[in-house]
Amino acid sequence: MTGPSATELREIALSRQEYERAIALLGRQPNALELGMLGAMWSEHCSYKTSKRLLRRLPSRGGAVVQGPGENAGVIDLGGSLLCCFKIESHNHPSAIEPLQGAATGVGGILRDVFAMGARPIALLDAIRFGDLSQGLQRHRFARVVEGVGFYGNCIGVPTVGGETYFDEAYSGNCLVNAMCVGVTTPEQLVRAVARGPGNPVLLVGADTGRDGIHGATFASVQLDQDAAERRPAVQVGNPFLEKCLMEACLELCSNRALVGLQDCGAAGLTSSLVEMAHRGGLGVELDVALVGRREEGMSPYEVMLSESQERMVLVVESGRELEVQAVFDRWGLRSDVIGRVIEEPVVRILERSEEVACLPLEVLVEGFLERRPAARRPDGLTARMGRDPLSAEPAWDLRDAWVRLLSSPNCGDPTWVFRQYDHQVGNDTVGGPGLDAAVLRFKNRPDGLALTVDGAHRCAALDPRRGTEMAVAEGLRNLAAVGAEPMALTNCLNFGDPDQPEVMWQLEEAVAGLAGAAEALGLPVVSGNVSLYNDYQGMGIPPTPVIGMVGRVDMVRPPVGRGFKHVGDRIVLIGNLGESLAGSEYQRLLQAGVEGPVPELDLAAEAASAGVVRELVRTAVVSSAHDLSIGGFAVALAECCVQHGLGATVDLALPPCPPGRPGRHHGALFGEDPGRYLLSLPEVRLADLAAVCGLRGVEWRDLGPVGGDSIRILGLVEMSCAEAGAALHGAIASRMGPL
Amino acid sequence: MRFGIAVFPGTWSDRDCAHAVALAGGEPAYLWHQDSDLRGSDCVILPGGFAHGDYLRAGAIARFAPLMEAVLDFARDGGPVLGICNGFQILCEAGLLPGALLRNDSLQFRCQPTKLLVEGASTPFLAGAVPGSTLAIPISHGEGRYYADEETLRELNSSNRVAFRYCSSSGEVGPSHNPNGSLDDIAGIVNEAGNVLGMMPHPERACEPLLGSSDGLALFTALVKGAAGLPT
Repeated sequence: MTGPSATELREIALSRQEYERAIALLGRQPNALELGMLGAMWSEHCSYKTSKRLLRRLPSRGGAVVQGPGENAGVIDLGGSLLCCFKIESHNHPSAIEPLQGAATGVGGILRDVFAMGARPIALLDAIRFGDLSQGLQRHRFARVVEGVGFYGNCIGVPTVGGETYFDEAYSGNCLVNAMCVGVTTPEQLVRAVARGPGNPVLLVGADTGRDGIHGATFASVQLDQDAAERRPAVQVGNPFLEKCLMEACLELCSNRALVGLQDCGAAGLTSSLVEMAHRGGLGVELDVALVGRREEGMSPYEVMLSESQERMVLVVESGRELEVQAVFDRWGLRSDVIGRVIEEPVVRILERSEEVACLPLEVLVEGFLERRPAARRPDGLTARMGRDPLSAEPAWDLRDAWVRLLSSPNCGDPTWVFRQYDHQVGNDTVGGPGLDAAVLRFKNRPDGLALTVDGAHRCAALDPRRGTEMAVAEGLRNLAAVGAEPMALTNCLNFGDPDQPEVMWQLEEAVAGLAGAAEALGLPVVSGNVSLYNDYQGMGIPPTPVIGMVGRVDMVRPPVGRGFKHVGDRIVLIGNLGESLAGSEYQRLLQAGVEGPVPELDLAAEAASAGVVRELVRTAVVSSAHDLSIGGFAVALAECCVQHGLGATVDLALPPCPPGRPGRHHGALFGEDPGRYLLSLPEVRLADLAAVCGLRGVEWRDLGPVGGDSIRILGLVEMSCAEAGAALHGAIASRMGPL
Repeated sequence: MRFGIAVFPGTWSDRDCAHAVALAGGEPAYLWHQDSDLRGSDCVILPGGFAHGDYLRAGAIARFAPLMEAVLDFARDGGPVLGICNGFQILCEAGLLPGALLRNDSLQFRCQPTKLLVEGASTPFLAGAVPGSTLAIPISHGEGRYYADEETLRELNSSNRVAFRYCSSSGEVGPSHNPNGSLDDIAGIVNEAGNVLGMMPHPERACEPLLGSSDGLALFTALVKGAAGLPT
């Protein structure tokens, strides 16, 4: 018997070396089915063979952590017998090829991860990135991804409460679609994806198994190429109606002791679900593919084991109680089949009509992969690029034109075009939805609530991936503070290019170090996550894009203060420094050639202190509004605060003239993206309270001037009417996507 | 006052409706689509969602559920029935209300705040609402464009069977305040007897100031008060 050809190995994304290793570990040649199963389990997508050693650095323990990484989703304790379960995951490759279904099934997958833990999903968030909206293909992808996210979430009845959109040419080849799901459960309802009790039956429930999505996991572990469209059969089709029924049936069973273990059937299909469940339980599993309900005839064991048909779950139930469990699925009109059983021997044994067709030790499947350590190298010339001063050149635009350009950028503009296509209210718990700095959800029978945000690194991560990642974490912290919430834990999705390129590997290492450092410094455990590599199209990789999902707690849920100035005469206060850093900013992306300069300094202790101040001022209702400064810097944030309720402002930044050799200094002050800053508004009589809170924590603040009038005046520098700023912000996305 | 809340596979505002009913002082009871027992309900709510995945057509499969036979009898006997969003679509498919709900004219799903102008329809659900007043109640649908032939529209308008129209915050009706292209800006209608109300907006989402509006609560409290013989 000869080994597989190079083409056959490429099909399952295994190297010759990995194939040799399989033979060495098994002591024999694997057959075709076994090879397919090994290929799937050893794919980057399932094994994390490139990133695993890095991810070990992330702090995942802490007082509130109930379940860290390694399960379907992470779990934290909210106190009072309430647990919060959450995770973020990517569906980038499928969405590039079939945007609507790719995005929809991404949402479906992350929902299953959460209800597999016995948690009822209560919120979805999305972080999506595309190329320039001036291109038809990018508009198509954007529109269809938004439609796909909405299609799934709206139909299943889980609100999409927040998210982030970002556009940059660098995502033209590879769009990013990251979806986060948050659920709640109780300690009694919490289920783990584990197979226990030899002899216990294994059930496959939900959709029939078809030929869709075969090699999805391996597809996600290679670069997209020109023939990518031909891989469309590797993209699955979502059925949110079926998943809604599946979710209700599973949640109903989670309070039933007959259920031993529950696992989502996602990437690498039955192979991965069975292997993971059995391995966690230290046992084995035996299954007969003939017992698997098929969508089509003539499917081979290989196709059955590697199908990624959506809306399926694997259950282990207590022996003798199968009928009781199956009755629940019957009631919801769902198929359920006993397809195998738990066995003592730590192997996965596949039968076809009782005849063995594959048998692999779990240890080989789960731990046998070769850890990859591709070389990492800091890109040449980075030091020189970061050494340049973006403020040294005479600005090509005057302040007003630059301001208009930024307000009209889809990265700064109003995302209403997106989120009004998402049901963000179902469940009757959304106190603050999309459009706020962070979403706020209440619990019906408790005074406290949750705040949720998702934030991706911006351009500065391309200069300094470590700092860029820390900045994304800091932005999450600020978003939570602006709604009065205290952060509790993180989830992360690391989107990168091809790790076999040393520069990309360096970016990944740096980003993970940044995430680990920031999480450590802020005392926030990372309880779940996902890595998406090979986001590369025709040799052009995406910039390093770590996306951070953050969950925080609001002690006492009240209507959110929001970002908009509310009362004429209120004082406008800047928390933090005015700053000046344009390196990696939206200003630089839009108006300067190239990304260069020293990335902004970030002091995480100071960041935590200012977040503490803002949180307290919001909680105690000292302020009438609160908004963090992020993309577009001070001037964009100020415009957003004014436009919301059409109230202008007159602010005095007391800037000296630009120093010699730095004619861009005023641009830096208005559009720089330094961290640690917020804009608040409050009645003049409360300034003393604010001063006291800031003084106590050593946080800098400045009274900039009053709210009022119908224009936004930055004294001595620039002025614009609220109407003009509003038109620019509101049209930034909508005008590019067609009429409202 | 017991409110039976229908649950079809794919229904998702069942629990939101139960919450609203409880806030109004009513007693919620879920009604499973395969049962034909209304469990002693004094009012039936067909909630929002995607019953049977909206396959074929929104509401087209749900109308054949055993539960719907019982709901039809209940409605013919004058029992109050409220169809919200998908429930309105089911009521149209079941023939309890005229017309149909088509895809939004934007061809997009729309979840947004809307203002509703209360018209003069006589229905127990609006016993406490003043004609000409406005209610802040949000919408969330992809297929909410009310359509009926000209004769039906004339009949609905002339016999005061339009319950709500989409309007501006000051109560003006016009295309710029109509979120889905509904004919005559119709957001909700009643049957001839007034005991069946179908509406696309979600009153159950507007029952607490914390969630942005409590204008929807009046629809539920009107029935609770009516049953108790209290003035509304």
